[in-house]
Amino acid sequence: MELLATSATTTSLHYAFLPRKGLFGTPVSAGTERRCVRKVGPVKISAKFELKPPPYPTNALEPVMSEKTFEFHWGKHHRAYVDNLNKQIAGTDLDGKSLEDVVVITYNKGDPLPPFNNAAQVWNHDFFWESMKPGGGGAPSGELLQLIERDFGSFQKFSDEFKAAAATQFGSGWAWLLFKDNKLAIVKTPNAVNPLVLEGYPLLTIDVWEHAYYLDFQNRRPDYISVFMEKLVSWDAVSKRLEQAKLLV
Amino acid sequence: MHLSFCETVQIPWLSSSFVPAMAMRSLLSRKTLTSVLLSGPKSMGLGLTAAQSHRSLQTFTLPDLSYDYGALEPAISGEIMLLHHQKHHQTYITNYNKALEQLHDAMEKGDSSTVVKLQSAIKFNGGGHVNHSIFWKNLTPIREGGGEPPKGSLGWAIDTHFGSLEALIHKMNAEGAALQGSGWVWLGLDKELKRLVVETTANQDPLVTKGPSLVPLVGIDVWEHAYYLQYKNVRPDYLKNIWKVINWKYASEVYEKESS
Repeated sequence: MELLATSATTTSLHYAFLPRKGLFGTPVSAGTERRCVRKVGPVKISAKFELKPPPYPTNALEPVMSEKTFEFHWGKHHRAYVDNLNKQIAGTDLDGKSLEDVVVITYNKGDPLPPFNNAAQVWNHDFFWESMKPGGGGAPSGELLQLIERDFGSFQKFSDEFKAAAATQFGSGWAWLLFKDNKLAIVKTPNAVNPLVLEGYPLLTIDVWEHAYYLDFQNRRPDYISVFMEKLVSWDAVSKRLEQAKLLV
Repeated sequence: MHLSFCETVQIPWLSSSFVPAMAMRSLLSRKTLTSVLLSGPKSMGLGLTAAQSHRSLQTFTLPDLSYDYGALEPAISGEIMLLHHQKHHQTYITNYNKALEQLHDAMEKGDSSTVVKLQSAIKFNGGGHVNHSIFWKNLTPIREGGGEPPKGSLGWAIDTHFGSLEALIHKMNAEGAALQGSGWVWLGLDKELKRLVVETTANQDPLVTKGPSLVPLVGIDVWEHAYYLQYKNVRPDYLKNIWKVINWKYASEVYEKESS
């Protein structure tokens, strides 16, 4: 295992703690990840966003969410958002800012600038992988469950409403559980829009872009959503986020 | 507005090996609702009896393809064609019919807020039906002329407006690849300005939402379901290859009819 370092003269993808062979057992040739940077006088070292791996191996959610899906969803789609974002903001005012700042700034109050789509999708996918875990699903407990019962009537009613939001988001998008005005709420958003730019502290999300489920479920989005709720949701992660959200109120 | 998408075409043999033996047949159904009109000057003047008048609610059905699911390979796989036609398009039709029935009820009751609330479901699902019905006609197997460049007036118009067919394809591919999320890329005719245009629409918005005088000639579905099983995340490869099965004969017919 080795950590590839960024050099000042070439940009390269950061791989944190990956085997030399590459994530899926295919040899990674030294030439493929490096590309030339524009020479603009004195070399500037700029902060670059990295593709964070999910907090579990890419086969850990099998058979519910296949390794093949991760190969493309994380390995290609998420990676491309990171790469394209880095290219778009290099050398601009956004360079060096936090990802969340880039998302909010480029949302531009609803008239998004070009980097918004990539920035928001980088954030959304980081948040999505962390919303799931092997052996996930079931129901929450403790304070989170109490709030769900308070604000939705019951866990079943919450689950039905969340699943309905995910199923009825037309086209590409996401469904979210949020903490807003001291209450839990469910929203659905199109394309890359996320709660950072709406009001509310995000607690849980499900990706309903077709690429998230097409290899495993084809057109059967409702089946994907059901299985996500039953077997994938990391209620630990949701609870931790709720604790943080309450500190901000 | 009376829309009819009931094609009377030969039912193709479903020859691809993975297609189940029982082919889905769609049947035309027509639901007729009768409502009693109160007698009044209008109906008397039209010669209708005061007692009755018919309002019929047409139910839409899945149009058949004029080619086998596997006939567009290798540009578009038979697996995709089957799912796209029998699942995705069918679902738009099912939901469109449901929304129209709800709309009909709401209109009869004078329930305006429901009428307005239903507009997005009608746009999504009706648009999905409109767009996909055009899409199936935009495609044809290579042996039926798929990919053969347009001749005649459309060919000339393309050269005039875009420089060449290659330039048009390049432009449509660039716009199709850049489209965020789900949508369509179109070659259209602006009937008012009498010129060709390239446009994109989001989700299932039909081309007419970009301009009332726009007529679709060629539409390419860039929703992920249109290509994902075969091309995965590489939408540009799908766009590059689909031109091999584009039915320019159909596009030319529409162009000639609409520009006369």
